[in-house]
Amino acid sequence: MARPVNEINAGSMADIAFLLLIFFLVTTTMDTDTGITRKLPPPPPEDMEDIKVKERNIFKVLVNKNDRLLVNGEPGDIRFLRQEAKEFLANKNLRNGAVPDDRPEKKEVDIPLLGGTVWISKGIISLKNDRGTSYDMYIQVQNELAAAIRELRDEMSQNFFGMKFSQLTDEEKIKSIQKAIPVAISEAEPEDIGGN
Amino acid sequence: MKKGGKGTPAISTASLPDIIFMLLFFFMVTTTMREATLLVKITPPQATEVQKLEKKSLVDYIYIGPPLKKALGTDSRIQLNDQFATDIKDIREFIELGRSQRDEAERQLITTSLKVNKDTKMGIVTDVKQELREVGAFKINYSTAKKLDTQK
Repeated sequence: MARPVNEINAGSMADIAFLLLIFFLVTTTMDTDTGITRKLPPPPPEDMEDIKVKERNIFKVLVNKNDRLLVNGEPGDIRFLRQEAKEFLANKNLRNGAVPDDRPEKKEVDIPLLGGTVWISKGIISLKNDRGTSYDMYIQVQNELAAAIRELRDEMSQNFFGMKFSQLTDEEKIKSIQKAIPVAISEAEPEDIGGN
Repeated sequence: MKKGGKGTPAISTASLPDIIFMLLFFFMVTTTMREATLLVKITPPQATEVQKLEKKSLVDYIYIGPPLKKALGTDSRIQLNDQFATDIKDIREFIELGRSQRDEAERQLITTSLKVNKDTKMGIVTDVKQELREVGAFKINYSTAKKLDTQK
């Protein structure tokens, strides 16, 4: 009688399993969640007085329940919001604190990597929405504002370090740019600005 | 090695695949375990300025959207873990629970990811945000899908 059939070599089974393992490892980490990260302000203390901010330092964005925009008191359009926000926050000259009357004021901050003391804008974007605003619209507005800040940071980063902000790897450089152009978006305490 | 005689027999590698398979299953199971079964319908809005959420282990999810079961109506509701929040105050408990599961040092780094349906009204989102502020969970992330910047 013939000998029993040789066992199939199971050595490569491990490799196949490894391949599968690696495939799952990679694919499961790939679908990372994406989103817009924001920091909420701490709740205001009971006895807090209203902080007075000069009119010229605020860029007001209101979104009503019909998803219409009111930008600085005038009906606005989401398509132009990015440009408007950019113009408002733009800071042409870091070395000079003098600004025309219709532009937001500046303050002095010490940022060594940008060449010592620089003047940064005190401008704040104030965002206010109605309870009836759709989430989609809210995100679109947040997105446009974030884009404005990102573009400004990119420009400044390009000027000083010769590459886009997102390409910076040096922690210090990233911090410097962030300091020079902060995410100055303030969300108003919620209140009904137009019935639901 | 000496030829003939007793010579050490080769260690059988036949069980190696099984070990690897066990690892494989372990990873498959643990990676899908984190996210809760969705009870609400969520179509995230799209945005261009998205960032990746780092450190998934430090993220808690709050889902807001209309229930999948039609019988529960079409109003947006909040889902925490595997169940609906009956009251906005449930968020406090949810956040505290999330904190107690992490190390002391990592608690400051916990991000709360808001997965909200795009047609949901801001009212409920604002309520959630207010509650998060009260509890001290300041790091939030509005979950959005990546939109390719075409016209600009």
